[in-house]
Amino acid sequence: MKFGVLQFPGSCDELDALRAASLVGEAELLWHGERDLRGADAIIVPGGFSYGDYLRAGAIARFSPAMESVIDFAREGGLVLGICNGFQVLCEARLLPGALLVNANRRFTFRQLRLEVVNADTHFTRACSPHQLLSIPAKHSWGRYYAAERTLQEMSERGQVVLRYAPGENFNGSLEDIAGVCNEAGNVFGLMPHPEHAVRELTGASTDGLLIFESMRAAVGSVVA
Amino acid sequence: MPELADALALGLTREEYELVCEKQGGAPNALELAMYSLLWSEHCAYKHSKKLLRTLPTSGPHVVVGPGENAGAVDVGGGLACAFKVESHNHPSAVEPFQGAATGVGGILRDIFALGARPIAVLDSLRFGEAASARARYLLDGAVSGISHYGNSVGVPTVGGELYFEAPYESNCLINAMALGLAPREQLMRSAAAGPGNVLVLFGAATGRDGIGGASVLASAELGAPDSEEGATDDKRPSVQVGDPFEEKKLMECSLELLQRGLLISLQDLGAAGLTSSASEMASKGGVGIDLDVSRVPLREPDMEPFEVMVSESQERMLCVVEPASVDEVLALCERWEVGGSVIGEVTDSQRIRVRDGDELVGDMPVAALVDECPLYDLQPQRPTEPLYADPPKALERSAGARETLLELLRSANLASRRALFEQYDAIVQSRTVRRPEQADAAVLELPDGGALAVSIDCNGRRVAADPYTGTVAAVLECASNLACAGAEPLGTTNNLNFGNPEKGVIAWQLSESVRGLGDACRALEAPIVGGNVSLYNEGAAGPIYPTPVIGMVGRLPDARRAGRLGFARARAQIALVGSFSPSLAASELCKLRGERLPAGLPAIDIPAVRAAQLVVRDAVREGLLESAHDIAEGGLAVALAECCLAGAVGAQVELGDDVWEAIAAAPTSSEPVAEILFGEAPGGFVVSASEHGLRELAARTRVLGIGTVGGERLVIRDLRADTGGAGAPAAAARGGSGSAAPPLLEIPLTDLADAHAALAELFA
Repeated sequence: MKFGVLQFPGSCDELDALRAASLVGEAELLWHGERDLRGADAIIVPGGFSYGDYLRAGAIARFSPAMESVIDFAREGGLVLGICNGFQVLCEARLLPGALLVNANRRFTFRQLRLEVVNADTHFTRACSPHQLLSIPAKHSWGRYYAAERTLQEMSERGQVVLRYAPGENFNGSLEDIAGVCNEAGNVFGLMPHPEHAVRELTGASTDGLLIFESMRAAVGSVVA
Repeated sequence: MPELADALALGLTREEYELVCEKQGGAPNALELAMYSLLWSEHCAYKHSKKLLRTLPTSGPHVVVGPGENAGAVDVGGGLACAFKVESHNHPSAVEPFQGAATGVGGILRDIFALGARPIAVLDSLRFGEAASARARYLLDGAVSGISHYGNSVGVPTVGGELYFEAPYESNCLINAMALGLAPREQLMRSAAAGPGNVLVLFGAATGRDGIGGASVLASAELGAPDSEEGATDDKRPSVQVGDPFEEKKLMECSLELLQRGLLISLQDLGAAGLTSSASEMASKGGVGIDLDVSRVPLREPDMEPFEVMVSESQERMLCVVEPASVDEVLALCERWEVGGSVIGEVTDSQRIRVRDGDELVGDMPVAALVDECPLYDLQPQRPTEPLYADPPKALERSAGARETLLELLRSANLASRRALFEQYDAIVQSRTVRRPEQADAAVLELPDGGALAVSIDCNGRRVAADPYTGTVAAVLECASNLACAGAEPLGTTNNLNFGNPEKGVIAWQLSESVRGLGDACRALEAPIVGGNVSLYNEGAAGPIYPTPVIGMVGRLPDARRAGRLGFARARAQIALVGSFSPSLAASELCKLRGERLPAGLPAIDIPAVRAAQLVVRDAVREGLLESAHDIAEGGLAVALAECCLAGAVGAQVELGDDVWEAIAAAPTSSEPVAEILFGEAPGGFVVSASEHGLRELAARTRVLGIGTVGGERLVIRDLRADTGGAGAPAAAARGGSGSAAPPLLEIPLTDLADAHAALAELFA
């Protein structure tokens, strides 16, 4: 089982994601300018500011050579996890529905949050129990999840709303407290909070984020192989 | 040809101009004069402070790189060195707070990676006018946004800092930023150019007209009177640089990869005075000369004059020296990271800086004259004979009770929670942060060998204003106490001396007394100064700032898992006061709230006694004897207890018995002993919590005064003196148990403490 972690020139959390993924499998960085995904079984698009994000967050990254391969990989059913900026990139690439807007409080905000697992029957959350509360930090300026009402309804019906902010935790003003969503096929998942920053008690305040990576490892065996 | 008047306009004195003419063997041309005026500015030449700085301790067993390089560095074990430094960006921030603060962070990060170290943390030290001032709030919001924008975007966590609001900073805010980096010890890079024939490569952003004259116009002169509603000196705004954190991120990764591949002979960032300063300093340190060609510098604006290219302070640029054979590889790596790279000159054995514009020689100066021969000045210290600073506005009556006083202190801008600020910073990227803000007195960062670094930044300028020597000693001790509470021993110190105009006798006195205190305290702690910065002329029409020697200290603890916490951790744990603690209301936060004048002098500090207390606390934290440790600082014992409760989300029952009053009450003649014991300030006191066993162990090593128990949902403080000179009850009745009828000194629900402590959130609403 090998994770490939994309690295853009403005990525910030790619080494954190690499370390977190290494706790459950092999992991390797993939340079943004190269198309070769080097045989990765699952892809992580990490947090940061991909190409500076002076335009819309993720708007340029979706056109990178590596992302072109990731889009093909996802269309073929490969597992793709987008964290924070990665979530923004996946939305820009239309691999996930909706968009991320500027936080309701209009400021970069870093907080340890409680998240509710809405759908524990996905490739990314199967190690969690339904309605489990996860303690995972978030840190971003553009995290307000938005989608058209009809889309939201369809997503809800199809179980695409995977994580919600627990009551009182939705600082960014996301619609319906949505913190993480998957695509209809269930192989692409994006979330604004950072599970890779909740994998060790010493530096992470919790290890709940590991559940996401463990779920992916388990899923790779059953889906991709 | 420029004349004396031009030199004066650039900030040189008549005598200095004449000296330049002598060194040049004739009048300098415009480019040469511009370069001299920058390198001979206070900012670059330290001409009013260098003699004092030479008195500071700079060596010790842990020091790897001392002052004079881009940053200092200490050995942190495991083959690693920690590079660190604090620097100011005060005047640019007073003119344009967002970019001023953002580029302040960018500049200090470049100092760290110029040394070959990967930046792992940023801390910031901020000073503004009173929080009631609209201008102070505008500057605060801009500066915090700027730090957040830049630090978060480059992927370096902002793990701590400090913030004070005082009227003397109204027209001259202080923005100091500190950064730390890690590198394998043998990979640390120097900035000395070497090897005639080697090539100079400039890489990073293109050069524009931003920041021209920053070092002289902005950094080495007093700011003018505020001339707009926001008080910004609008005509100086073009001298403020504009930052691009994405460019910095690429520059950092590119620099570190160049170093890792061993492609560089030396590396230097372009900061104040741009190419002028970096090329001259590299040449000076290497004892060589440099030829460079401004026509080869990539420009943002094509029609820039050679002198503009030489003095531009455009951000996100680095200068390196490489062997000719490595040039292609260096440029290829620049291309991979999408940063521009250009060969702009070469190292010579001429010991001169020669500037060409294509084939034309446009400047030619001896390196030594530029860098090392600026005249140094002796200060003319004069102890002030009358108060320098206005009395603060009164916010609290002297008759206020203990409950009201504590809540007012917690609510006050200097003591309220900094959560509203630090939530705007990414404190956890790089997965090294063991203690986040408000979890411990110092930020704690894990090291690969299982140990950790602890880092603190501090300075209470009001105390330094009251007594520059003692106040500075207190600031150094405060940092060391913060480290002790985390379980760390100091390894080294950095400082940023923010003062007014040193040509005035009273400022010279503040500066020399402060540096004397800095040296004494650092020697006592064996925490030598490994680098720092001086920012003078921090004054405007309303007078000088409080003297503010910002201290940054880095320490190490052997086991990251044992890092201390400040919050009470467990109900029924015992609370104790340890250390050498003689609280006084002199220059305290309470005195400020009461609108009282600063005293002329502070009680002397017993430095060895404070040091001994720090060692006891440090060792107890390391051994896991303590469940929490917090040093008593601004606001005194009561505020420290409230902070322990808030950080642990648990209450406390505190009882001050005869032993406590006898041991720590200050002058027996004090007119208000209760206020003094609750709210008095002094270094050396610690509030700890532990099991009974833990406290017994501790008591075998030092005096331990039991003062209560953790638990409940309120903070209750009782006076249990047998002789009820204060508000207490007879000891026998009170000790009868929780049913005591005696009214406590104060009793406050946690929710009320939390509400008061959250007052700063309003500034960002």
